[in-house]
This record gives sequence, structure tokens and C-alpha cells, in this order.
Amino acid sequence: MIKAILTAAVLVTAIGLACAAVLVIAAIFMSVKENEAEKKIRECLPGANCGACGYTGCDGYAKALAESKNGQVKTNLCIPGADAVSHKISEILGVEFEDTVEQVATVRCCGDCDNTEKKALYSGMETCAAAKLIFGGDTACAYGCLGRGDCAAVCPHGAICLDDGIARVDARKCIGCGLCAKACPQKIIYLMPDVERQVVACSNKQKGADAVKVCKNACIGCGLCAKNCPTGAITVADNLASINYELCTRCGKCGEVCKRGCIRTADYSGKHRQKSAG
Amino acid sequence: MIKSLLFIIFSSILVDNYVLTKFLGICPFLGVSKKTDTATGMGVAVTFVMLLATAATYPIYYLLLERFGLQYMQTIVFILVIASLVQLVEIILKKYIPALHKSLGIYLPLITTNCAVLGVAANNISDDFVTQAGSFGGGFLMALAAALGCGLGFLFAMILFAGVRSRVEKANPPKCFKGLPITLVSASILALTFYGFSGILESLFGLQ
Repeated sequence: MIKAILTAAVLVTAIGLACAAVLVIAAIFMSVKENEAEKKIRECLPGANCGACGYTGCDGYAKALAESKNGQVKTNLCIPGADAVSHKISEILGVEFEDTVEQVATVRCCGDCDNTEKKALYSGMETCAAAKLIFGGDTACAYGCLGRGDCAAVCPHGAICLDDGIARVDARKCIGCGLCAKACPQKIIYLMPDVERQVVACSNKQKGADAVKVCKNACIGCGLCAKNCPTGAITVADNLASINYELCTRCGKCGEVCKRGCIRTADYSGKHRQKSAG
Repeated sequence: MIKSLLFIIFSSILVDNYVLTKFLGICPFLGVSKKTDTATGMGVAVTFVMLLATAATYPIYYLLLERFGLQYMQTIVFILVIASLVQLVEIILKKYIPALHKSLGIYLPLITTNCAVLGVAANNISDDFVTQAGSFGGGFLMALAAALGCGLGFLFAMILFAGVRSRVEKANPPKCFKGLPITLVSASILALTFYGFSGILESLFGLQ
């Protein structure tokens, strides 16, 4: 009796020990060295996995950075992490610091409830993508914000709120990942460098007379702004003004002369600038 | 001998399919059958581990457990051996074949204690291949064939079901059936169809 129990105990222990020994030996001789730099870089990335850097999440970016030679992969691609993260990564890799261009999302539409109307009663799924499938959406303006918050749903930081029928971005919360721009079926959300500047807050490409009918603030392509711009930064194409930010001096003249009120000074509160200064 | 090996392989794919007839390994069958490529990955990983597990547990049973009269310790010893074997395979793959390690991914550690793998190891003993073949070597070959067949059967069922599921998702079932209920219903219908294979192999191989 005792002998049977002992045999069982000894045999199973022996098999277990043999398995353990094999595993230990294998772990010692066949261990794969994890890249130290990769580990460190991963720790200082924000971990939002937003994909703004162009890699598959923070792990992918850390791996690409650690394996890159001669600085092929830039250290300033993490937009949510901004300058602080770029500084840390440059230190770890021993390369020169590059300034991160912090970005914030901007909705190029100002067709809120006061300015535009619905052309139809829509009672389907409450997403912009679904609403757009039926005659291009229920808003009078075929280019404008549908106001159902596909962008707000994907925003990882809750920076977008739906106010008065259109989406509005809180620049202090926005990390510039660009997920909202990808989610927007109207393609009217753009990422712009985080400095105070003039914005054409309209995406309507209809001819002036038609644009006036659908929205009180629609750009009619009159060209007043282009004529009054001292640096010639504004061009009108497809009945819509657009600003070339390389020439723009942020004088604000265009906003003053615009009769339609669609060129506005974007309200960027400079969260990222505070971060890099501090 | 070759005929009986082929018979074992095909019967474990079609007639005694582990998922659809014996209802082992239902967890991965329902869990990772949403997409065809993940289902294939899981199926290949299970086939691989089943073969390895049989190659390790079969000799251990006959050379150690049976010799010392410890057949009742079979389950515990098998779990121990299979778990450490999978860990070892993972370490080896990570070092020497990183591409395969990446494609098997999370599935390899997941099937460490999969009941289908343990089931193959245990059934190979209870099917008593040694008596059937007349020798330990012959029995070992038959056990390996059975493991290969079971793994392929698992892979087959996974791919079939992944196809069925992707169709069902798009078919827009009634709201109360959406998700798991319709999945279970279609799984049971698929299992029923596999019962149609019983008896087909005996006549194919002329055993009756």
C-alpha cells in the first residue's frame, strides 16, 4: 500500500522535475534577447494606441524606433505625446531632438441649427455613416456636418462634443490622433498644427447662389478674402476659399472682410504649447 | 498497415470528429471561429500540438506508467507533460522560427490545457492500439495517425464553421437570435450533418 503510493509520488515528481529541468535549460540556452531600448521607449510612449504615428500602436512604433538605423524612423511621430515624449525618445536613442508638430482636429463646418436646416426627417440609425447613405444625409447642405457624432464616438479622450447640431472639438482635450478625421464620412475634419490661426469653417463646394440657400454661413467663393489677403495666401477653388498656411501671417484680415462669416479665428487654447514649455 | 492507418485518419476526421461528434474543444471552436484566417491558425496549432503530445505521452504511458502499474495517474501526468511540452515548443519556435511563432501567436499557449489535446492523448490509450497492431511500434504509429486525423478534423471543422458564421452574421437573423444563440444553433446543425458520415468509411474501405 505505502509502496504503491510512494511509487506514484516519486514517479510523478520525477516526471515533473524532468519537465522543469528541460524547460529551464531551454529558457537559458534559447532565450531571445529583448531589445532594451525598445522596452524603454515603450514605457515613455503614452499608450493610447491611436496610430497617429503610422505604426500599429505604441508597441509597433517602439519596435520600429528601436530597430531603425541612422535615425530612419523619426522620433517626433507621436503627436499625443508631443515634445516631452520626443525628448525622451531622442535621449534613449542618442539622436538629435526633433520638434513635434502638435496637431488638433478642426471641424470645417459652421452649419449649426441657427444657420442651416434639415432637408428631410431622418429616423434611421443614429450614426453619420448611416445617415449619409440616404440621399447624402438629412442636412440641407450636402457637404456639412451631419451632427450624429461618429467622430465623438471614436475620440479616445472625449474631446468632441455635439453642440447645436454640429461637432465641436475641445482643443485642450484633443491629442491630435486623427481618428475622428478618419471616421467622418463627410471628410470635413482636418488636423491642423496647434497654433492660433484663421480657418475657413466651411466645406461647401456648391455655386454661390446654391450655397446661400442651404446655409447662412456657407462660403460662396466670392474671393473677397483672397483680394484682401496681404500675403496672397488665400485661393478660391471649387467655389471654396482655402488658406495656404505656409504664406499665412495670421493677420486676421480675411475674417474681417468675409461677409459670410465663415472665416473664423480657431479657438486653440494651446495645451501642447503649455506641455512643451513645462 | 497503411490501409488501417488511412482508415484511422479518415475516421477521426469525418466520423469521430473531435469537435462535432465528441464535443471536445468546443471553447476554441466557438471562440476563434469568427474569421477564417484565425480559425486556420488555431486549427494548425492544435494539429501540431496534438501530434507532439501523442508522441510524448504514448511512450510515457507504456514505458513508465504501465510498467509501474500507475495507469490511474494518466490524466495528471498527461496534463503535466503536455503543458511543459507546449512551453518548450514555444521557446524553441521563438528562438529558431520567429515567423511561425508570430503566426501561431497567442494560440499556442492557449491550447496548453485544451481538452481536445488531452482527449487525443487519453483516447489513444483507451483505444488500445497496441493490441490492435500487435506491437508497441505499430500501436505508436496508429496513435500518431489518430492524432494527425483528429487535428485535421479540428482544422476542418474550424474552417467550415468560420465560413458558416461569416454567412450567418451577414444574414441578419432576428434580434433574439443574434450573436451566440444563432452560433450555437448553426453549430448543432453542423454537428448533425457530421453524423451522416457514420458507417461511410467501413463500406469505403471494405471492412464490412
